[in-house]
Amino acid sequence: MSDTTPSLTIEDTRHVAHLARLNLSEEELKSCQHDLTAILDHVATLGDLDLTDVEPMAHPGDQTNRLDPDDVQPSFKVEQVLNIAPATEGDFIAVPKVLGDTGGSA
Amino acid sequence: MSELPGVRQIATEVREGRTTAVAQLDACLSRIEAGDKSVNGFMEVQSEAARTQAEQVDAIIARGDDPGPLAGVPIAIKDNIVMQGRKTTCGSRILENYISPFESTATERLVKAGAVLVGTTRCDEFAMGSSTEHCAHGLVRNPWNHEHVPGGSSGGSAAVVAQGMVPAALGSDTGGSIRQPAAYCGITGLKPSYGRVSRWGLVAFGSSLDCIGPLTRDVADSAAIMNVIAGPDSHDSTSVDTPAPDYLQNLDERKPLVVGLPRQHLHERNHPAVVAALDEAKARLEAQGATFIDVDLKMTDHGIATYYVVATAEASSNLARFDGIRYGRRAEQRAGESLEDLYARSRGEGFGPEVRRRIMLGTYVLSAGYYDAYYKKALQARRVIHDEYKQVFQTCDVLLGPTTAEPAFKIGSIADPLTMYLSDRYTVGANIAGIPAISIPAGLAEVEGASMPIGLQLQAPFLGEQALLQAANQLQQSSDHHLASP
Repeated sequence: MSDTTPSLTIEDTRHVAHLARLNLSEEELKSCQHDLTAILDHVATLGDLDLTDVEPMAHPGDQTNRLDPDDVQPSFKVEQVLNIAPATEGDFIAVPKVLGDTGGSA
Repeated sequence: MSELPGVRQIATEVREGRTTAVAQLDACLSRIEAGDKSVNGFMEVQSEAARTQAEQVDAIIARGDDPGPLAGVPIAIKDNIVMQGRKTTCGSRILENYISPFESTATERLVKAGAVLVGTTRCDEFAMGSSTEHCAHGLVRNPWNHEHVPGGSSGGSAAVVAQGMVPAALGSDTGGSIRQPAAYCGITGLKPSYGRVSRWGLVAFGSSLDCIGPLTRDVADSAAIMNVIAGPDSHDSTSVDTPAPDYLQNLDERKPLVVGLPRQHLHERNHPAVVAALDEAKARLEAQGATFIDVDLKMTDHGIATYYVVATAEASSNLARFDGIRYGRRAEQRAGESLEDLYARSRGEGFGPEVRRRIMLGTYVLSAGYYDAYYKKALQARRVIHDEYKQVFQTCDVLLGPTTAEPAFKIGSIADPLTMYLSDRYTVGANIAGIPAISIPAGLAEVEGASMPIGLQLQAPFLGEQALLQAANQLQQSSDHHLASP
């Protein structure tokens, strides 16, 4: 794996921060680049293993999807949800403009 | 502090009317008042909510009804397990004012069983850490030596039990976060099998690894808590469907154990006192008829790499929900700012450095072009680790080894994240494989003139909690190590 894995550049780090929706300062990006490089170097030791034909295991146990009866259960009241929202307007959670010139990323 | 009675003793006395739940709560609150100034384990002492619960227990007893097996037992809850109407911060700024609208299954069952939930305990932010230094609301000190960490991420839960403020606490364990602080603080900490305790209401970190479990002063108290919190739950589709057995019933049963000693856990870097503690424990087990075999967990060296790919990948996905929109902290809104910028600023300001680092790592290993090289490879390694355990358990009942290589380190002494991650070397395997594991006190080490506790870890096959608790109880009852207090 170490052959195929390029070291992490500052541009890569910036790209990952964008994917993670994390606003990081230049200094934080640099420190992330440094730390992630060291951790990924350690992770590269997985490349020493012969994992040919090994089935990936996402989950312990042998459970499959479980079906529950289709019964209506009580849910939160609107006011409970609004009470914990950082900004509200009437019965809605307020957010910046999503559509139009400044909103969204289309 | 050692005069504090245990879980079963308090429950028995409350049930028999020799004391009341309110009296037990008052005693507990005084102990917290006296003990937590120096330890700082409690995030919030919720005395009003606790008093309401205690009064209900006493009212049930006054009516002549059954108050439940944990009647009047004060219990502390890690600050990442939600309780309705109470604050859950996960040690993070992003949830600093979050009041949960719902109750976790584990705490709901504790309350139904008569327990009194006295408050929340500090933890590393979103349970990411091994020292409780990564808590946005202040660090916790080890009750044995205030210059040292209590371990983490359930450091607050371990410290308040070790200091004798409460007889039990709940923690969560994703890679060792119950067992490592239990070892560092000299108490008993159980990570159940994956799915044995419902995760409903546990704020998710690594969903395929996370487990809720008890931190107590002895194994029997751990079994008493498990009797209440374990079992299927319709709210958690990954909870194990079969009913949980009575863990107290055959706890004192003695079996001629076959104990596996993983060679890879007898590392030359283990502290001499850890090596001595293991030898001493072996001698005690041997005197009770146990036989020992050397076994190989050859994947031990690859455990941390596997774990940090799987855990951070799952964390980056789980923590995507904290965006400052529906709940949690939102960054100050700027005129003309896009929704996406608001997400990024709320998250950048709300998460601390360790959480940001893990979200970044997890996002990277899941990103286009790296998925196969990292994530898929880690899932394959996970299968190999799982199968290796399965094979080893064909030859022995339980595995025995150190919980950690060394006693608790000094606050601020580990600055490098990878070095901190490597301290979980012996504990991550159980989470990767989904098996139960327990850490019990095994003696004291002299560290710079002070006594610091050492923990030994026992591991058992998937859903083998009964055998695990029996073996741990057998080992614990043959010494006084668990009675030592700071």
